Amino acid sequence: MAGPMKMRATLASGYTDVRVLMTHPMATEQQTKGQPHFIQNLEVKVNGKTVIEGQISQAVSRNPVFSFRLKGGAKGDKIEVSWLDNKGDTNKTETAVA
Amino acid sequence: MRRALACAAVLMVAPALAQQKNQFADYQRMTAEGSPVELFELGGEELWKKPQGPKNASLEKCDLGKGPGILKGAYAALPRYFKDAGRVMDLETRLLHCMMTLQGRSREEATKQLFGNADRPSEMEYLSAYVAGHSRGAKMAPGASHPKEKESYQLGKALFFHRAGAWDFSCASCHGAQDKRIRMSALPVLSAPKFARPLIATWPAYRVSNSQFKTMQWRLNDCYRQMRMPEPNFASDSMVALNMFLATTAKGAEYRGPGTKR
Amino acid sequence: MMQRRGLLKAAGALLLAGLLKPFAALAAWNKEAFASKSSADAMKSLGSPSAEASGGIVIEAPQIAENGAVVPIEVTSNIPGTTSIAVLVEKNPYPLVAKFDFTEGALPFVKINAKMGETSDVRVVATAGGKHYQATKEIKVTIGGCGG
Repeated sequence: MAGPMKMRATLASGYTDVRVLMTHPMATEQQTKGQPHFIQNLEVKVNGKTVIEGQISQAVSRNPVFSFRLKGGAKGDKIEVSWLDNKGDTNKTETAVA
Repeated sequence: MRRALACAAVLMVAPALAQQKNQFADYQRMTAEGSPVELFELGGEELWKKPQGPKNASLEKCDLGKGPGILKGAYAALPRYFKDAGRVMDLETRLLHCMMTLQGRSREEATKQLFGNADRPSEMEYLSAYVAGHSRGAKMAPGASHPKEKESYQLGKALFFHRAGAWDFSCASCHGAQDKRIRMSALPVLSAPKFARPLIATWPAYRVSNSQFKTMQWRLNDCYRQMRMPEPNFASDSMVALNMFLATTAKGAEYRGPGTKR
Repeated sequence: MMQRRGLLKAAGALLLAGLLKPFAALAAWNKEAFASKSSADAMKSLGSPSAEASGGIVIEAPQIAENGAVVPIEVTSNIPGTTSIAVLVEKNPYPLVAKFDFTEGALPFVKINAKMGETSDVRVVATAGGKHYQATKEIKVTIGGCGG
């Protein structure tokens, strides 16, 4: 069961600032004695269209926080960020640009 | 489980280099800007609103000093005297009080897991984050007029300087003189407003080194462990008094909200 | 009757599996690159074996981190047409930390929190117009406080 996620998307000058917080152990091989558990894929969508695809590893900190910048943007644009981990767990969060 | 501690041996006095004091400024700023703290505030909101205990009640009517259910600015005004309890209380003490009175929970049950871990934060940790978050921007102003508040401050001050335990340490041993550090972390002089303010204005806090959200009762408990003192009782008069001393020393500071620390 | 039920059950399970992991079906993860034990190998696996040094990649990160569990790293690529950014930590057991691919709708910018085992160079590789560029920045890692 994935932990809480939170995202904030705000208009800046010429771009939209997106900050997304995730709950995930991002446990390394070393920490788990060979059974790492971490997010591998991220997807950022604007109004349903994928704009960023991320591949991340166990070297990303626990409870990851990412900042992205989207070109332009307008109030009310729908931003969605989803993740998939190496065990097949997923989670996603949506927010409207403020 | 008490870990063996070699830290006292590396307690050092560093030369007062201006650089030394600021070397982690960028790190602290950047980690605070991208911190999981808000997730704990979210978790706390859920718990605040969740009916629990024999009375199947939420904490939404908990009076943190500003009136039942009023969260805004409440943390910045703690610790303070509460007439209904007849004593001075800090945040966690008051939360426990509400858990017991509003929710009907026993002290034993409500304090079963006070300090959590990275996989399972405690209720107190989530709730502390949530409540403290509502004091962002407020000026820290713990109670100072009631005789019990003054008494609490005096007790806290005495405890801060009282040497005891196997190593004859007091809080002041580490936090009583300028330019001391433990490994690379600076040890602020907590009895001086100038140094106490920026610190106290950022607790409770998320600690990146162990991915856990830590509260002031935990902080004091852990300091006592490091000083080789007996383990303090949660929400005891002495722990509240220490919080009162620290908050009063820091009074006037703008509360920054739950912080992010190494 | 039993046969039909069995068939339906199996079909249902397959369907459910497909529905449960639509993301998984589409998401690629460069296992080889992430398992590389050197920056050079990781870059090869990423398809960017050589990259020219460029001042167009800006790495903003603290000079010294108080704890290696969380090291904030912010990367901006000012190279026109940047379509991907990869972040590596030279001295990590597996240097490749993350890779981001950007489409028209996003700026080539990202801020992440990375784990660093020790003081090391952070290397960023940006791809723009089929060519590869890189920049590095050293981040010192210390331990603060009383043992974590």
